[in-house]
Amino acid sequence: MAMAEPGHGAEPRWPGEVSHHYDQATLDYIQRAAETGVYDIRGLGAKRRVPSFDDLTFLTASMSRYPLEGYRERCSTRTVLGTRRAERPLTLATPITIAGMSFGSLSANVKEALGRAATDAGTSTTTGDGGMTPEERRSSKTLVYQCLPSRYGFNPDDLRRADAVEIVIGQGAKPGGGGMLLGLKVSERVARMRTLPAGIDQRSACRHPDWVGPDDLAIKIEELREITDNRIPVFIKIGATRVPDDVKLCVKSGADVIVLDGMQGGTAATQQVFIEHAGIPTLPAVRQAVSALEEVDPGREVQLVVSGGIRSGADVAKALALGADAVSIGQAVLMALGCNSPSYVRDGERVDATADYTRLGTAPGHCHQCQTGLCPVGVTTQDPELEQRLDPEWGARRVRNYLATLTMELATLARACGKSDVHHLEREDLVALTVEAAAMAGVPLAGTNWIPGSEGPARSG
Amino acid sequence: MERVETSLTFDLAECSVTDVNRRLHALTDPAAVEILHPLGRHNIACGLNAALDVHVRGHSGYFTAGMNQHASVTVHGNVGWSVAENMMSGTVRVAGFASECAGASAHGGLLVIDGDASSRCGISLKGGDIVVGGSVGHMSAFMAQAGRIVVCGDAGAGLGDSLYEAVIYVRGRIQGLGADAQVEPLGDVDRQALVELLGGAGRDDDPESFTRVASARQLYHWSPDSERLAGAAHGDG
Repeated sequence: MAMAEPGHGAEPRWPGEVSHHYDQATLDYIQRAAETGVYDIRGLGAKRRVPSFDDLTFLTASMSRYPLEGYRERCSTRTVLGTRRAERPLTLATPITIAGMSFGSLSANVKEALGRAATDAGTSTTTGDGGMTPEERRSSKTLVYQCLPSRYGFNPDDLRRADAVEIVIGQGAKPGGGGMLLGLKVSERVARMRTLPAGIDQRSACRHPDWVGPDDLAIKIEELREITDNRIPVFIKIGATRVPDDVKLCVKSGADVIVLDGMQGGTAATQQVFIEHAGIPTLPAVRQAVSALEEVDPGREVQLVVSGGIRSGADVAKALALGADAVSIGQAVLMALGCNSPSYVRDGERVDATADYTRLGTAPGHCHQCQTGLCPVGVTTQDPELEQRLDPEWGARRVRNYLATLTMELATLARACGKSDVHHLEREDLVALTVEAAAMAGVPLAGTNWIPGSEGPARSG
Repeated sequence: MERVETSLTFDLAECSVTDVNRRLHALTDPAAVEILHPLGRHNIACGLNAALDVHVRGHSGYFTAGMNQHASVTVHGNVGWSVAENMMSGTVRVAGFASECAGASAHGGLLVIDGDASSRCGISLKGGDIVVGGSVGHMSAFMAQAGRIVVCGDAGAGLGDSLYEAVIYVRGRIQGLGADAQVEPLGDVDRQALVELLGGAGRDDDPESFTRVASARQLYHWSPDSERLAGAAHGDG
């Protein structure tokens, strides 16, 4: 919970001395709150254990179904987003996309690396709060342009240059909260792009300035279609809270694509209490979203992109099997770039960065100090020296490898389930390892035909 | 405006807003455009990107002239929410009254409203200028970052809440200031700005009769005290 300050109390003499309710992390939290009068602000997403895709497993082929050859037989990963209304839907080579992250929270080098990697992988990347940088547009074949409540740097030229526009209502790390960029990261360039004085602590809006509620949003979406002559798809991104209602309202408002971000989703800076105690995990969110879509959009004209803690090809496969059309990844691509690594690479050599982690009061593997702008591996920074620790070409190669690995893992599981297209993965292919996950995902507990909470007839095992 | 060779008339009783917008987006040279029977429709003349002189003959709905660049758009009637939202350049004029969020997040250009504007006028303003002949509703200029707002009538409660560097001038009564907004003395820069903006709006109000409202800049660096300050301004601290 809180970063432990060592040395509170001696080793327990017997177990009865250790409180579960007031454990060391809680004691540290209370004492720090009493000392400072300020809440903790940090980066990344929820760190506590929540039911997740790890709690599901695939029923791959055997007697009743036959598998495809792992390397020889074709398994399509082609993914199309935005088929409902737009003249030019996005056609991607993989269902794994890169999530919206701001220039400001990330350096220009990182944005460029992500763009190059996405282009090589045949997928899309996404702008963030603070607008579109030329580096990002140049390096990204398919770029999704976010329309955020702050409207920092939002302009019609970039909108027309974009391949899709994503109206951000919220994000999983802080559904209902606005952005936050502390002064250390508000460099001259960031400030200029956001029309703000450099160096101030910048708290961006949590509500859009020009519309309120889904009926207005429907008109806003029409406006964006008018301005772009209906060329590009319109996405809506929501944080996972009241998922069934929100998804239905997205469909009613006219979205082409819904991006649903679960509570494990990341942030560059948010109150810890918000990160850990708001929203629902990605696992139940997908299930609820798919059920809502099946109800109001039975032909599935609206595509669903799921994000929030996606790390592996298995996570992607499970999201698709539950009914998502694609996923998007934020934190894990930053980790591919070296987030939480003990070293960075300069001129082909590994350089140890642990002392810089120590200066931030943390260590590799534990760091979530994105809000400071002092990222030891040069990822979440605007510092001119630190940002040199991430070479865009090296970074692009890492992210490309990572995306390729995930796509291969995804296809491996799909072939083993006998699918010639990863989008043919289905809920039938999954069972749950815990009662909680069975209830949340709406799939049977492994070895039973029991779906807790299911009102319909039990599925035959 | 440059010499206009092209003159176009559209009747929205007979064609769709999309038809009109697509034709206007295709224009690159100056043109005079008449839009008849707007019938309160939304998104009229949004996304313009050329030196067009557009006249909308009647009332229009939401997002009229949204994201405008270069064009001059005049609405001879009232407008719905968010007229000239995110305008970049050009001029938008409303001869009647404007509903909420007029000029929201405008980065440039001039928005003139001859009548009153409703709440949140100039919200999130980023460098555009707004002149309102009448009064503005509550929470106007909320989080406004840059640009100038001139209100010739009264301003509602919570004026300039969480202001950044935008400046507000009010001639009439201010019902209440929002968090971190303060009244400041009028300087020479302000007098010049008022002459320029009022002149641009075709008005001759006396600059000396206006009150300047700007940011006290107490919320620029976050601290527990700034959070309490913002809360106190809204009566919940």
